[in-house]
Amino acid sequence: MENIDLNLIANLSYIVAAALFIFGLKMLGSPATARKGNMLSSIGMLIAVVAGLTAEGIVDFKYIAAGMIIGTIIGAAAARMIAMTSMPEMVALFNGSGGIASLLVGWGTLYAPAGEVVSTFTAVTVILAILIGGMTFTGSMIAYGKLSETIGSGAVVFSGQRIFNSILLIALIGSGVMLSMDPSPESVWFWAVLGLSLLLGIMAVIPIGGADMPVVISLLNSYSGIAACAAGFAINNNILIVAGSLVGASGIILTNIMCKAMNRSLANVLFSGFGTVKQGKAIEGEVKPISVEDAYYILEAANNVCFVPGYGMAVAQAQHVVKELGEILEKNGAEVSYAIHPVAGRMPGHMNVLLAEADVPYEQLVEMDEINPRIENVDVAIVIGANDVVNPSARNDEDSPIYGMPIINVDQAQTVFVLKRSMASGFSGVDNPLFFGENTRMLFGDAKESISGVVSEFGN
Amino acid sequence: MELVFLTFILVLSIFLGFELISKVPATLHTPLMSGANAISGITLAGAFLSAGMQNSEYATWLGTAAVAFATINVVGGYLVTDRMLAMFKSKKGGAK
Repeated sequence: MENIDLNLIANLSYIVAAALFIFGLKMLGSPATARKGNMLSSIGMLIAVVAGLTAEGIVDFKYIAAGMIIGTIIGAAAARMIAMTSMPEMVALFNGSGGIASLLVGWGTLYAPAGEVVSTFTAVTVILAILIGGMTFTGSMIAYGKLSETIGSGAVVFSGQRIFNSILLIALIGSGVMLSMDPSPESVWFWAVLGLSLLLGIMAVIPIGGADMPVVISLLNSYSGIAACAAGFAINNNILIVAGSLVGASGIILTNIMCKAMNRSLANVLFSGFGTVKQGKAIEGEVKPISVEDAYYILEAANNVCFVPGYGMAVAQAQHVVKELGEILEKNGAEVSYAIHPVAGRMPGHMNVLLAEADVPYEQLVEMDEINPRIENVDVAIVIGANDVVNPSARNDEDSPIYGMPIINVDQAQTVFVLKRSMASGFSGVDNPLFFGENTRMLFGDAKESISGVVSEFGN
Repeated sequence: MELVFLTFILVLSIFLGFELISKVPATLHTPLMSGANAISGITLAGAFLSAGMQNSEYATWLGTAAVAFATINVVGGYLVTDRMLAMFKSKKGGAK
């Protein structure tokens, strides 16, 4: 009787937790309420965790406590120390850790209590948890390697890759079927499923180039949710299913937004290594460099300035000086905004976080669709470390590999400053006619130093 | 019946998820992602079973590792999301 009551209380708590997750996500809809939303969601998690601890059959708490202490120390330290520029790597690691947790839960479920047999249905869900969890884990580790540039960030493509992957997939399905018929953690089929799932994660991410990382991170995020869902089915736990599918849906929506922002299908991102495609038209024209001093004179007279940041701003850690310049320009009477392309940076919303870190009020962060209709009123557009997302080829060169991708039309602003280290092409390796434009001025050098230079010119 | 019930929950949650997430503005996509990540650490509730049931020694070790990884997700995810969201400030000043 007592057990039944406890079970009922646990399930009621799960409902409360699910409601808090949902409410928390809803409050993420506005920057003003987002922080409270996250807090609510974490309270939901606390309730779910406590309820989970009361589950029937748990007799030994010391290993649970040990695991939680280790996890808390690592998690808290990572969350505290990580630099905002490295958020994409961090999220990749968290995705991976979620994936392997689901894998391990699935694996552990195969050890049925003495006298009980793992049913075929449970076995199938366990296999799914291992498959998706394992893929998420190794895929995220590769994504982490690419993002942190510990391994090359380019696409790895070899001949016969598709055939190899197809064989891999068939072998995986075959092993899965064999395992589900005789579910045992000692079975050779179990090791086959485990190994092949881990290999599949690696194979799935290596052909994806660095510029496509926002899509990959979103997709892996979704997988980590789906893996939790599968684990939920395996152990018959409804909160895992609810929370897992919320995360899964969130990842899929972000993936979709990222793909749209690049005008490519998900299949195209996943299966064709970018950068191996044909080159667009050769570009003719003259590059017009500008000095820091001249840049100052032009900015001094400008009434409307728009910053367009890209990953280069994160690399140069220039967000703080950018904000400083923005403030000076505002005091000087100019209207200042920050236009952010959906795939700028290495993960969705990356630039927004960096600018928020530098204290830029969120009202000044504008989206692509908002800035483009009024780009002609912008006196100076300052492109900092962005390249492909402002490449006019996307609009008017049908041969360009990025043709059709929506861009921020900075070339239609009165003047464009492009801050750049050198004339090297962007991450995707595509030439950019913007640099040769009539109204474009190139400010060569480290973005942070260039901006600081302009700031000190204002000081004089 | 159990399967039908769980699938029912699954389908409803997916629809709800789509409905909720599509309203999140682009500015908040990074915190959304790390917050969602924290939620996916819910696997923790499942990991307790393996770690605490004493079915077999292997299951205990697997469960303990799962508890540790899922806790990293939960604790790290919520803390880093909070850290990010604390930085989003309105023009009127003051942390929101």
